[in-house]
Amino acid sequence: MSAVGLAVGDGVVLAKRNLTRTLRVPDLMMSSLIMPIMSTLLFAYIFGSAIQVPGVSYTEFLLVGVFVQTVVFNSVITGSGLAEDIQKGIVDRFRSLPISPYSVLIGRTISDLANNVLSIVVMVVTGLLVGWRIDSSAGEAAAGFVLLLAFAYALSWVLAVVGLSVRAPEVVTNASFMIIMPLCFIANTYVSPEGFPAVLRVIAEWNPVSAVTQAVRELFGNTNPAFPPGDAWPLQNAILASFLWIVVMLVVFVPFATSRYRKAVAR
Amino acid sequence: MPPSVARGFRRGEPAFEPGGEAMMTAAIVAREVVKKYASVTALDGFDLEVAEGTVMGLLGPNGAGKTTAVRVFATLIQPDSGHAEVAGIDVVANPRAVREVIGLSGQYAAVDELLTGYENLELIGRLYHLGKKGAKARAEELLEQFDLTEAAGRRLKEYSGGMRRRLDLAGALVRKPKVLILDEPTTGLDIRSREATWEAIGELVASGSTLLLTTQYLEEADRLAHRIAVIDHGKLIANGTADELKDQVGGHRLEVTLRDAADLDHARAVLAPIGHGEPVATQEDRRVVVPIAAAGGVLVEGVRRLDMAGIEVVDASVRRPTLDDVFLALTGHRADKAEQNGEGVKAEETKNEEPVR
Repeated sequence: MSAVGLAVGDGVVLAKRNLTRTLRVPDLMMSSLIMPIMSTLLFAYIFGSAIQVPGVSYTEFLLVGVFVQTVVFNSVITGSGLAEDIQKGIVDRFRSLPISPYSVLIGRTISDLANNVLSIVVMVVTGLLVGWRIDSSAGEAAAGFVLLLAFAYALSWVLAVVGLSVRAPEVVTNASFMIIMPLCFIANTYVSPEGFPAVLRVIAEWNPVSAVTQAVRELFGNTNPAFPPGDAWPLQNAILASFLWIVVMLVVFVPFATSRYRKAVAR
Repeated sequence: MPPSVARGFRRGEPAFEPGGEAMMTAAIVAREVVKKYASVTALDGFDLEVAEGTVMGLLGPNGAGKTTAVRVFATLIQPDSGHAEVAGIDVVANPRAVREVIGLSGQYAAVDELLTGYENLELIGRLYHLGKKGAKARAEELLEQFDLTEAAGRRLKEYSGGMRRRLDLAGALVRKPKVLILDEPTTGLDIRSREATWEAIGELVASGSTLLLTTQYLEEADRLAHRIAVIDHGKLIANGTADELKDQVGGHRLEVTLRDAADLDHARAVLAPIGHGEPVATQEDRRVVVPIAAAGGVLVEGVRRLDMAGIEVVDASVRRPTLDDVFLALTGHRADKAEQNGEGVKAEETKNEEPVR
């Protein structure tokens, strides 16, 4: 078997194990299934009804923000899952087996991708029930979902670095949220950054989450004239910018996470 | 340790005894292995040789370097310098090939609590690339062998400590390894589970695979291992069969337990003249052990001296040296009490130790 084939083959076996675990831990089930439903409902009814924009649906605009926020929050599992497996000695057992050295990371990121698919399906169903619609072609809609998942996958590698650097599983979640919260909220997820103070606005405009949110809105036909994207390049060229962000994140963080993993386990 | 237990077990030993053939192939070799961490030198020129088909007990106190040695052999860490090989394969140059032939069971049972017993073993089989069918068949076989068939469908969370350990052992055997490495297989187990684990290991040993077993329990090494290597401060300080090590220490031991720990120093001074060597006192069990040349009359003489000195004695006996004495003589501290004792004074005689080949 080729090196890549081995890494992916072993990765898939490990991903299945991770998913089985997820289904058996009530906490993890909560975060990947119940939370997305709750977020969708809360945002749709509370904010959606509080902010009335004549002629257009704020709920449609809002829900893409909820989708992005959910996959971003889900990426925390990557770091905490890795830290926990290392701490418990499970990774040592895996490493004593003739598996590819990359398979633990590949398995973890694959299972988190599957987890995100699950969350998105749940959110789409909930969203459709509360009146959200995709106003674009099937091809564009599919591209939107692929973009969302690709971004989530790239982000998993970023949070893998956090988990492998912090190491103590209890601390990983907190450390991750310190990165994720600003990423999610200093962005165009729920409001237009136009009204932000100058510094925050520039951060929001160049935040990868903003580019991805704008791109997915465009692909789903959920843009809203009441909330213009702004003039910054990444928001005017959101699909291209998202693609570039994803590539940059993977190019930087896949090797970074791999070297962190080597350091974390070789003790 | 009750000697009957040890003898009872030894009946189950393989007929094969090391040293029978002129040239023995070494299944595990370490030469001058050094591994340093930021503040500690875990292995400090560590040497070891384990003959194929034998059981080597690697004995040492907490922090002596046992686990580091195991991690080097299992390719989990790379040594800073020195040479290590398993089944003739260099662990640094070709770790993948080493992983194909070893089975490792760690200090804490590295099994997945959320998976069932069956799922744990099947997972390991899949990662050994046995294929779906192969992994399933092997998992069922091992569950049967380790008496876990009934618990196969239960999650590990619901297993007792002993059952977990058995499953962890089973996990190390999925690929029928040439070399089996068990890192403190019974640490933290209660006595009953320890007995059961020993029995399971005993059966493995009988099947003739090479086994490296680390332990801080002298009884465990005495009972399971053909040969014992003693490690302290990252160095091999003795190596031989249990009997050889005991003979090395020599003679008999007079052991007295005092009523009051405050009398220990006094008792040592009082007993020194009848001893063959320096009496050693241990605080936590209020005990003084004196090496003596011959058993005759010494017990009475020792007790009389203590009585005359006004030291109250709770218990006194003369016995053959145990591995505990060996350990004490070699390292200056007791094996399982090393942590409480802090830094033991290293005995000078360790430098004259001839490596046993």
